[in-house]
Parts: sequence; structure tokens; C-alpha cells
Amino acid sequence: MRRGLLGGVLAGIADRLGLDPVVLRVLFVIATVATSGILLLFYVVAWAVLPASGEGGPALRPLASLRVRSDWRVAAGVGLLVLSVLLAFRQLGIWWSDTLVWPLALVAFGAALLWGRSRASEPPRQPAPRAWAAGEPAAAEAAVAEPAERRGAPFADLYRGVFGVLLVIGAGLLVLSSNQIFGGLRDAALTAVVVIVAVAMILAPFLWRLGRNLAAERAERVRSQERAEMAAHLHDSVLQTLTLMQKRADDPREVAALARRQERELREWLAGDGRASTERSFAAALRAVAEAVEDDHRVAVDVVVVGDREIDGGAEALLGAAREALLNAAKHAPEPGPIRVYAEVQAERTELFVRDRGPGFDPAGVPADRRGVRESIVGRMRRAGGRAEVRSTRGEGTEVSLEMPHRQAAPEGERP
Amino acid sequence: MSGAKPSVVIVDDHELFRAGVRSELEGLAEVRAEAGTVEEGVVTTLREEPDVVLLDVHMPGGGAVEVIRQVARERPAQRFLALSVSDAAEDVIAVIRAGARGYVTKSISAEQLAEAIARVSEGDAVFSPRLAGFALDAFQGEIPESEIDPELDQLTMRERQVLRLIARGYLYKEIALELGISPKTVEAHVSSVLRKLQLSNRHELSRWAAERRLLD
Repeated sequence: MRRGLLGGVLAGIADRLGLDPVVLRVLFVIATVATSGILLLFYVVAWAVLPASGEGGPALRPLASLRVRSDWRVAAGVGLLVLSVLLAFRQLGIWWSDTLVWPLALVAFGAALLWGRSRASEPPRQPAPRAWAAGEPAAAEAAVAEPAERRGAPFADLYRGVFGVLLVIGAGLLVLSSNQIFGGLRDAALTAVVVIVAVAMILAPFLWRLGRNLAAERAERVRSQERAEMAAHLHDSVLQTLTLMQKRADDPREVAALARRQERELREWLAGDGRASTERSFAAALRAVAEAVEDDHRVAVDVVVVGDREIDGGAEALLGAAREALLNAAKHAPEPGPIRVYAEVQAERTELFVRDRGPGFDPAGVPADRRGVRESIVGRMRRAGGRAEVRSTRGEGTEVSLEMPHRQAAPEGERP
Repeated sequence: MSGAKPSVVIVDDHELFRAGVRSELEGLAEVRAEAGTVEEGVVTTLREEPDVVLLDVHMPGGGAVEVIRQVARERPAQRFLALSVSDAAEDVIAVIRAGARGYVTKSISAEQLAEAIARVSEGDAVFSPRLAGFALDAFQGEIPESEIDPELDQLTMRERQVLRLIARGYLYKEIALELGISPKTVEAHVSSVLRKLQLSNRHELSRWAAERRLLD
């Protein structure tokens, strides 16, 4: 695991690319010299940005698992590296001056400490509580080991943090004091710049970590809210229904009706609020009518609707007649189900069919109890300007056909 | 329908449901094997070469669409009948467009299921009332003349009539009686609608199919 010499960045990358870390390190040093040290900046940034072990997606795991290190050693290493490179440049006579070399080395050291510290202060991952309950030895050991490692960590963190801050401030002061030669105004401007840079160096890691933690927390909160919502819904509806069904197990029709209603509710819930309101949409209103009959009479009704329209007077009459036809089918032909409703909204008219597979009857000899049907279905449709027809064959069931032209006022003359 | 019982493979990830269908089809069809996953379904189908594969629409790993796609590569003539609890248009249309010859809901009675299997095994199509409704919906409405492929993008008057009667819950023989045509002609009309559902580029159909593919 501890294959990283410094921050483990190069070892991690080598691991990811399938190269020998030593080769990568040599290449890195050469490249660093060639780019006047800019690559070092990359190293520090990569070290800070790449997630600590256990954090981040699976793609970063190989890198992350190598990030075991001592913050102090790493910080010192970063500081020394920066120093050595800067000194090398000074030796070569490239633009660095003494007044920059020491402060920069100090800043690198301090910043490395601060970044490491803010990472260490991230909230630890919660150990799975179930592992504790089950008493799994491996999990328990891990859970014990973690607190032991973290014991006394707050003090060390504070110490490291303060030291890092002091280093950065000291570097700033060093820059200021070694630039006394500059005049008043320039001096003030330089002071401001140095202070701003120093403050930014100190605060940036904390703000950075804070932002990342907040985002993670928010995502977690949203997830748990969704879970709670779903649990509440399942509890209110599905579990209740299942309990009811067990209680009514001796009544198959009741059980079937309960299951059917629950199925309908669950489907609606899964589909979201996609369904149109029953006040405007004819299709939605027809489904609502069918559902009401299903619930009241313990029958199964299958509805297929093609097209849709707004509800007007004609559509209301159509819905009323459909309801009567459904009630009639539920009363006289509950089995074998389902009762089928088919409605088609065409350009000039709406057609609606209610079909059952019940015993049927002989249209010639209409029984007395079916008189009501004639008035409630046929009469209603005719008054609204539509048409209704009842067809029945003994042994094969009954079909009520309804037809309503669009936007046509009810003819007054036909009112009884 | 021919005298021999059609052979069937059931592919569904719910064991209880497979057992239920198996006992329901006792004496009506020869259930050769069951499979509980997409991969198993592909392997079993290619091994058993049944007349009809009964296919659950929703299964982890791509569902019915994936099974059809993989089997069709090896055995393009294999016939599938989709069984589903879902009544969502995009699910149904996607399975039909993948190549299933029919779609029925899981609440169907044993006799009707056996009849549907027999029909699919003979190369005909099986539409539930809801699928008939979807087809009518999908082919409803005007589309620009220039974009119409009359062979595929429009239903004939007769096809509409047949679909409407299916949606109203009529059996094939009742439809034949109602329209004064032979049951074979009814089957031919339904097969023709199936072909149009599978091949037409009408906007609604491609949209439904595309949405489904996105979800997979």
C-alpha cells in the first residue's frame, strides 16, 4: 500500500497507467526541470485534489488506495522539493531572486500542511451499524482500529494547522521585509497583494473542502427524503391493502377487488401526475367512472380509450350513459370478467362501447328490470343528441353502443 | 388450429408466475423449459427451439427486447408472444417493434392464453384490446402527404374496423361474423397491422420505441 514516496500521486498514476513508478518519477523530474518547475505545481494540486482513500468513484480507487501518508513528511518533502528546484534555478541564473526563493519554499511547506490538515478533518465514513449488530469480527476490528488511529487527532490537526498558517504568514512577511527598497505607494500595493495571497493560501483549502462536504451532504439528504417518501407511500397503500386482503381471504371477490384497486393506485403513483384532470379530459373522466364502478360493485373493468377531448354537455351525457351501462353489466354480468369499455374520439363524434360476457338476454322479451336501462341509457343519449343501442345474445353477453356527435346542441323537439 | 400442441418456453423473472403459467397451460401446450433471466432465456430458446417463447416484458438486463434481439441473430424465425403487467404504450410498442408477434396482459385466462400461443405458433399475430387501442392511437391523426408511405404509415378502413372490434373485446370468430369475412381474413388483417406497427416510421411509433431504448 505504501508505495508512494511523497504524496503517492506518481505511484498512483503509474499504477493506473500500468507503468513502473520509478520510470514515471525520473520522467517527472526531467519534465519538471524542463518546464521551469511548473510541473511541481501540478504535483501539489493533484495531491490535494485527488480523493483520500475510500472516497470518490471506482475509477479513482487505485489512486486513492495509495494515499496513505504522514502529513508532516509530505509537507516537508514538498517544501524541500520546491526549495531545491528554486535554488537550482538561482544557480543557473534564471529569473529567481533570493527574496522570492525562501518565502516560496515556506509557502509550499505551509500550504502542504494546510491541505493535508483540511483533508484529515473531513467527517469519517460511518461504519455500517449492521456489522456491529451481527458481530462480524472483521468489521468490528476495523471499526475499533479506526477510532484508535484517530484518537488525539484533533490536537495534532490544530497544531499542524496553526503551524501551516504561521508559515504562510511568515513567508508573506519575509517577502515584504526583503522588498523595503520599494517606495511608499508601491510598497502599499505590494503589501496588499502579499496579504491577499497569504490569506487565500490559508483559506482556500478550507473553503474547498467545505464546498465539497456540503454538496455531498445535500445529495445524501435528497436521497434519504426520496426513500422516506417511498416508504411512507408503500406503508400507507400497499401494506394496508395486503393486511386487508389477508383478513378477507375467505371472500375471493373482495380480495380480487382490493388487489385491483391497489394495482391501479400503484400504477398511477408510478406514472407520476401524468394523468389529465377528470374535469377537463374525457378519457380521464371515463376511467374515473369505470374505477368507481369497480370499487362499488367488486367487478373488473378494462378501459381502452383512443384520442381525447374536452368535456362538454354531450360528453357528460355520454359519461352518464356509460356509467349506467357499466352498473347494469356489473349487476347482471359480473362474471366472467372483465367488462370491457372502449371509447374512440373521432373527428365528428365519440363512440363508446360497454361489453360484458354475461348470460345475455333475448332482446325480444326484455325483462321488466331492464326497462330502466332503456330510459337511463337510450333516453339520456337521445336527449343530448346522441344515439344508443343495446345488443345482446343469449350465452354470449351484452354490448351497449353509444354514439355522440361533437358540438351539436340537443334538439329541443325531442325532449319528452 | 392444428391438432398438435405447440411447444413453449417461458421466460420470466418471477418464479411464481412461471409456475402459474405452467400449470395453467397443462394439457393446452407443451411447456419445454423455463428461464428466469435474459441470458438464460436466450440460451434456453436456442437450445429448445420451441414454437413460441412466452416473454415477460420487464426483466433485469434489457427485458424482452434484449432476448428477442439476441435470439433473432441466431434464429430469425423464432416466434415470441409478450406477456406483461405493464400497460404503458412505450413498453408494448417497443417489444412489438423488436419482433414479438403478439402482446397479451398477464391477467388473461388460460384458454385465451393457449389460443394466443396457438395463433402465434402458426405465424399469426395476437393483439390484446389495449394493443389494438395503441395501434389505433398511433395511426390516428394526419401526417403530411409527402411523408406518407401508404404501405406502412396508414391503416386501411378494414384494418381499422378489425382493430376497433378487438378493442371492444370481440373474439376473432365474432369479428369475422360481424364484418362478414372469414376468420382467416381477420387474421390476415391483424398480421398486416402488426407489420405496420413494426416497420412504420410514424412519429408516435418511433418516439415510443426510442424512449424505451433510452430507459434500457
